[in-house]
Amino acid sequence: MSATQNGAVRPAAISAEGWGWRHSGRAQAAIQGLDLRIEPGERVLLLGPSGAGKSTLLHALAGVLGDEEDDSDETGSLLIDGVAPREQRGRAGLMQQDPETQVVLSRVGDDVAFGAENLAVPREEIWARVHEALDDVGLRTAAGGGLALDHPTAALSGGQKQRLALAGILAMRPGLILLDEPTANLDPAGVLEVRDAVGRCLDKTGATLVVVEHRVSVWKDLVDRIVVLQPGSTAVHGSAGGTSATGGVLLDGPPDQVLSEARTMLMSAGVWVPGYVPATRERRNETHAAPLLLAAQDLAVSREKPRRKRFKTIPPVPVQTGISAQVRAGQALTITGPNGAGKSTFALTLAGLLAPVDGKVSAAVDLSQGAGIDPYRWKAEQLISRIGTVFQEPEHQFVTGNVLDELMFGPKHLGHGEERVDELLERLRLTHLVDANPYTLSGGEKRRLSVATVLAAHPKVLVLDEPTFGQDANTWAELASFLSELLDAGTAVVSVTHDQEFSTVLGGTELRLGPVHQGEATRQAAGAA
Amino acid sequence: MRDALNLRGNHALLTKANPLAKFASVFLISLVLALSIDWVSASTALLAELALFPLAGLTLRLLWQRAWPLIIAAAIGGWSTAIVAADSGAVLLDVGLWSISEGSLELGLGFMLRGLAIALPAILLMTCTDPTDLADALAQKAKLPHRFVLGSLAAMRLVGLMAEEWQTIGMARRARGVGSQGSPFQRLKATLGQSFGLLVQAVRRASRLAVTMEARGFGGGQRTWARESTYSMLDAWVVLGGLVIAAGAVLTAVGAGTWSFVWR
Repeated sequence: MSATQNGAVRPAAISAEGWGWRHSGRAQAAIQGLDLRIEPGERVLLLGPSGAGKSTLLHALAGVLGDEEDDSDETGSLLIDGVAPREQRGRAGLMQQDPETQVVLSRVGDDVAFGAENLAVPREEIWARVHEALDDVGLRTAAGGGLALDHPTAALSGGQKQRLALAGILAMRPGLILLDEPTANLDPAGVLEVRDAVGRCLDKTGATLVVVEHRVSVWKDLVDRIVVLQPGSTAVHGSAGGTSATGGVLLDGPPDQVLSEARTMLMSAGVWVPGYVPATRERRNETHAAPLLLAAQDLAVSREKPRRKRFKTIPPVPVQTGISAQVRAGQALTITGPNGAGKSTFALTLAGLLAPVDGKVSAAVDLSQGAGIDPYRWKAEQLISRIGTVFQEPEHQFVTGNVLDELMFGPKHLGHGEERVDELLERLRLTHLVDANPYTLSGGEKRRLSVATVLAAHPKVLVLDEPTFGQDANTWAELASFLSELLDAGTAVVSVTHDQEFSTVLGGTELRLGPVHQGEATRQAAGAA
Repeated sequence: MRDALNLRGNHALLTKANPLAKFASVFLISLVLALSIDWVSASTALLAELALFPLAGLTLRLLWQRAWPLIIAAAIGGWSTAIVAADSGAVLLDVGLWSISEGSLELGLGFMLRGLAIALPAILLMTCTDPTDLADALAQKAKLPHRFVLGSLAAMRLVGLMAEEWQTIGMARRARGVGSQGSPFQRLKATLGQSFGLLVQAVRRASRLAVTMEARGFGGGQRTWARESTYSMLDAWVVLGGLVIAAGAVLTAVGAGTWSFVWR
């Protein structure tokens, strides 16, 4: 275990020669014909369209790809320091996208120690490494949370969880750090927290870095090389099949050179090139005297249910109080604020999915149309034709086995609106996927499908929770343009978002919820557009 | 669920004992109580256990919050035993088919107390034992395979997450028009659908977590332990305490002449 000798990190070299990988059960290779050499200490940003095999490459380098038993196929060679990754555990550390599954144990100190324990590091040295790693990722400073070793990991924010994962990786003293869209699920503050922590740790250890991320501007100044992979076989969806897998490296060089040479190509592949805001449709008729559809009055919200105790009902402690807002036809309402301010909880309460702790949500006659004033009491069928809600995770909303059924589900239950489905399929570019299983779609396709399914029931109010999180620039632009069209056609759109550019496209008003410890929402109803 | 598994803030004496010592103690008490069906041994053990509450940082309120289904089950079990058991001694209550006599009441009471006396130590154990410490002890002292122990521990953390996920999926499906109203059949269908959604998410989460653990070198043969699981004098006292309670229960029952083996 030379990597751990006297505690110093030995940066790793990567070499791929004609390397390819086919996952078991797939007809096409995820990646093939890859020739790539990365020198020790280099910091590489890996770009490419979805389906180019970026994650597959990272998993392979982390040594977690497949077993000998399953029928996956490896071609060529992929080596770290001349040795297969699987044969040198701990040489590379991998961080994935979903913060919840980057945490293994329930106490901060134990979680950081986990990797070092597995590498059989002696006990005293483990704790020395744990302290150092937590300091390095900034989780022990007052600003970073000042976490004690026995702090429960469940109580961390997304950004803190990712930094904790980084600390766990650092405690293994790996020569190679692999980041697979590490900040896709984080708010802007969390993104910077993680990026800066990674930067500090690399400066200190000199380890090699390979990061996969759509948002180039976040990582551009931290890396010294950008590698763009060619579209792989999976870019064309499963059943459609067809194009031959090419794979391999398309472009390779210093960040500025690659970004200027390939700007147009990267933009068309949906990469967030710095300074690029995709073109979107302009709002046309932003009316200001539109009819009121839905109103929140002095609302207190929580996800918890009231508890019963000695025949009394005890309401839960609200995460946010004193929220008032109005939703009008054809107008956008954007809900912003820091993590934990209760934005999503408020949106779900407004959408009739959670009961208010205090205050009330009332639907105007234009919206309720005889269903009663309180959306929370509406039946599910009544709800979907009035208020549609798109959740942050599209998979939570899939209820059938293929894309067409998924879209027909709402109209079938309502008994009308089936004719609208074709139009939605066409408009959101899902027509070629009608027979596909929703769970097998790409991230962007899942997002488009989840919006389409909710709209198939023709609601007058559309509520979206972080619709642009982790989306590439193409899906982003499509979504923003589509919503702007809906708004002009008279649908009200309420969105919880950190995405300033997105709310600018939609226009309307912004409702800013303040940090929770102040107890009350600070409200700013200023014209955002 | 996540709060229930969190020991933070509980600094009671028994939290410092080795989980295996506590487990041995609980096992001794349960074993003895399973041997007899009289009420004297059960109530002796029960009283001793109640006296241990402060040492484990447990209060009656916490007990009720965590174990009310068990307590109610014990009460119902006792009540139905009192009704159903063969009558002996004076009849206290007679409502047609059902009757309660002194003998059957004693049996029912004994049954209820026994249920509680067996359940309580397990609850005490849970209250003052951190799952991580338990895993450490099981792997280091009881020499169970660490892959199994740590895998279970990591999976347990996901169980708490799944409770939150269940609520989210419920809302997400209502937003798709899948209601929880309607006939029992429709409700069952909706619940099954929601369970399937949860299962899919659980499998995805679990496989991502497995990748995380493997990427941190988990699954190899050799491993060290950052937290050493140790025995101390306290553990000797814990086992001794268990012995004393078990022996006390037997002796008082024998002394009172109520001890009767279950198989007699």
